[in-house]
Amino acid sequence: MSGEGKRHVISVLVENQPGVLTRVAGLFARRGYSIDSLSVGETREPDISRMTIVARGDDAIIEQIKKQLDKLIDVIKVVFLPAESSVYRELVLVKVKADPESRASISGIVDIFRARIIDVAPNSVTVELTGDQPKIQAFVDLMEPYGIRELVRTGLTALQRGDEDISLDD
Amino acid sequence: MFVFHRVGWASLCIHEYIRKKEVRNMKLTGAAIWLECLKEQNVDTIFGYPGGAVLNIYDALAKHSHEIRHILPSHEQGAAHAADGYARATGKVGVCLATSGPGATNLVTGIATAYMDSVPMVAFTGNVGSPLLGKDSFQEVDITGITMPITKHNFMVKDVNQLAHTIRRAFQIAQEGRPGPVLIDIPKDVTADTAEYEQQPPLPVQRSKKSIPDYIIEQAAELIQGSKRPFIYAGGGVILADAMDELVELAELLQAPVSCSLMGLGGFPGTHPQFAGMIGMHGTKTSNVAATQCDVLIAVGARFSDRVVSDVKRFAPDAKILHIDIDPAEINKNIASYYNVIGDAKKVLRLLLDRLEHSELESKDDWVTELKQWQKTYPLTYPKNNGLKPQFIMERIYELTKGDAVIVTEVGQNQIWAAQFYKYTKPRTWLSSGGLGTMGYGLGAAIGAQIGRPDKRVFNIAGDGCFRMNCNELATAVEYELPIIIVILNNRSLGMVRQWQDLFYDRRFSQTTIDRTTDFVKLAEAFGALGLRLERTEDVDAVLQQALDARRTVVIDCQINPNEKVFPIVPPGAAIVDIITEE
Ligand SMILES: Cc1ncc(C[n+]2csc(CCOP(=O)(O)OP(=O)(O)O)c2C)c(N)n1
Ligand SMILES: [Mg+2]
Repeated sequence: MSGEGKRHVISVLVENQPGVLTRVAGLFARRGYSIDSLSVGETREPDISRMTIVARGDDAIIEQIKKQLDKLIDVIKVVFLPAESSVYRELVLVKVKADPESRASISGIVDIFRARIIDVAPNSVTVELTGDQPKIQAFVDLMEPYGIRELVRTGLTALQRGDEDISLDD
Repeated sequence: MFVFHRVGWASLCIHEYIRKKEVRNMKLTGAAIWLECLKEQNVDTIFGYPGGAVLNIYDALAKHSHEIRHILPSHEQGAAHAADGYARATGKVGVCLATSGPGATNLVTGIATAYMDSVPMVAFTGNVGSPLLGKDSFQEVDITGITMPITKHNFMVKDVNQLAHTIRRAFQIAQEGRPGPVLIDIPKDVTADTAEYEQQPPLPVQRSKKSIPDYIIEQAAELIQGSKRPFIYAGGGVILADAMDELVELAELLQAPVSCSLMGLGGFPGTHPQFAGMIGMHGTKTSNVAATQCDVLIAVGARFSDRVVSDVKRFAPDAKILHIDIDPAEINKNIASYYNVIGDAKKVLRLLLDRLEHSELESKDDWVTELKQWQKTYPLTYPKNNGLKPQFIMERIYELTKGDAVIVTEVGQNQIWAAQFYKYTKPRTWLSSGGLGTMGYGLGAAIGAQIGRPDKRVFNIAGDGCFRMNCNELATAVEYELPIIIVILNNRSLGMVRQWQDLFYDRRFSQTTIDRTTDFVKLAEAFGALGLRLERTEDVDAVLQQALDARRTVVIDCQINPNEKVFPIVPPGAAIVDIITEE
């Protein structure tokens, strides 16, 4: 889904209960909020998961998104991670067409981006790259001429910079 | 302590003591734990319908029928509406129970109705045994999935050791903050499995967790203090917070007119001189004009629903809105407010009153004069043509019951006439499906209300369409000897929809004339109720009195004109100030 308005990165700590992902996803769908990506995984505490949601909307919508999320019983905490004070990363796997001729030049680009070739086949290589979204986009653009056979992205994940963290208390 | 006068009682007590002790130390089945947990919550009445997945639960109920009264409706939808009506009329949590599959789906409309109107309710459903889950087994349905968007929260209990805690938590969630329905789905094997059970007091229920900082009250008070034309818009939150006294105090202190949303009726006395009537689509012109001209609009426990606001841009255009609500998500959801206070309405109003009591307020003389003028210019009236008038029937019900009845409604014109022409003076005496607008809500809800409030006279104001939808519950009302009076405002049409076709679709009446041959009097009799017919204005009092005196379930078939309309009405897309008051 795409949508109008500024992009916001939201971290959501949730109880690791069955259905919690459906609850959050359902909320966005039902209320018509635009969502660019959603990634989720366990935290250090196995019964708490952390979701990173990239959503779009004007200030009023973003305010509603936070408040509606806060109303879900399984949601423990909702925190915005603004670009200035956060690190954003995404992982992408790209399977690119590669013959003996093109392999070297692909490998050169891979090095420049500090990506890694993680699988080599007669007619393709698979590259793993981590970075923020402009970097990933630049890399994908450079791979395009070789012929991208398949591409998968994890969606953005994020943390606050510095010593800040989204602790459970307060 | 141990001096008993009657041996029977003594042995009963000892029996009870031994039983309690057993309960403390023994492993119980899930079904027995379920029952004990209801008792922990002081639940004495539930509305349910049996089936395969809840056989163990019904077995436990049979053994404890002296402790928990089970009401068996005709249809699970009736159970859900009855639990809702019980909750609205008493302020307690309504409890309903259904079997898996179709039993569970039949609850859905009732749960959604309760959700939209913030009614505290706990719904239990059985499901197929855990090994059969996810296999499209007989009567399996994913009811937690289905009800996710219409419950405050829901659970499936897959381990009997989690059952007690889940039930305790469900009752807490249903009541705390902004109330709402919670559903618990229990697979059949969990009701048979055993676990340790230890009795516990209910988890504490806090209306509002956060304290309200002084500066917030200070700022809100300053806003109010500077107002020359204050206006109060009260919603259902006033009733949930039991804040009528504080609201009256504030209104009198500010000399502000008070309008209620449909859900707010009964939250401010309808007999009070400052009561301006309902606001919004079928509000009074006085309310809508005052809201449009005020300089500060104080919303208390209300959510600026589209039925109130109509065109957002032209709603209270000159006002700074002060929004008081317990649910932060309501702030700036439907309308942008100038300032807000999050908290329980009673508490917030009390804090504001304490702060405002000795402060200097602007003079309101001009505003009060204007208000009186509007009330005189735009009274809520109706033309005396067309024979028997539904508005008149409502007025007479008010007079004959001295405003002390519980009025439950269906949906449509009947609902709005009931809202307009009966003066609600106490909270929990007006029960109506405001948010979802559920046709078929009324009879079930009236049953729940009458069971919760046996001391009250309960009316169900119905349309012929709504009544026909769920009239099966007449059997329930008769079976439990409930002296409910069902007043069918029978226009032989789906009146409210027909009215829209009349006013806004060039009188193309599409599927709204339901001139069927159903004889509601005979139908009532077939169910064992008393059926009465009312055709003439001069008979209204006598027939109503006969119904009141009958002390049994009564259906009054009131023959009214199909062209009878609800006024005032805000046409679609218009500003509330442009409300039409007559044809
Ligand atoms: C379950 C349901 N279906 C449809 C509607 C749409 N609807 C609203 S009012 C109404 C007409 C109700 O007719 P009746 O019960 O005769 O009441 P009247 O308006 O005539 O008083 C209808 C169909 C609804 N609110 N609920
Ligand atoms: Mg009708």
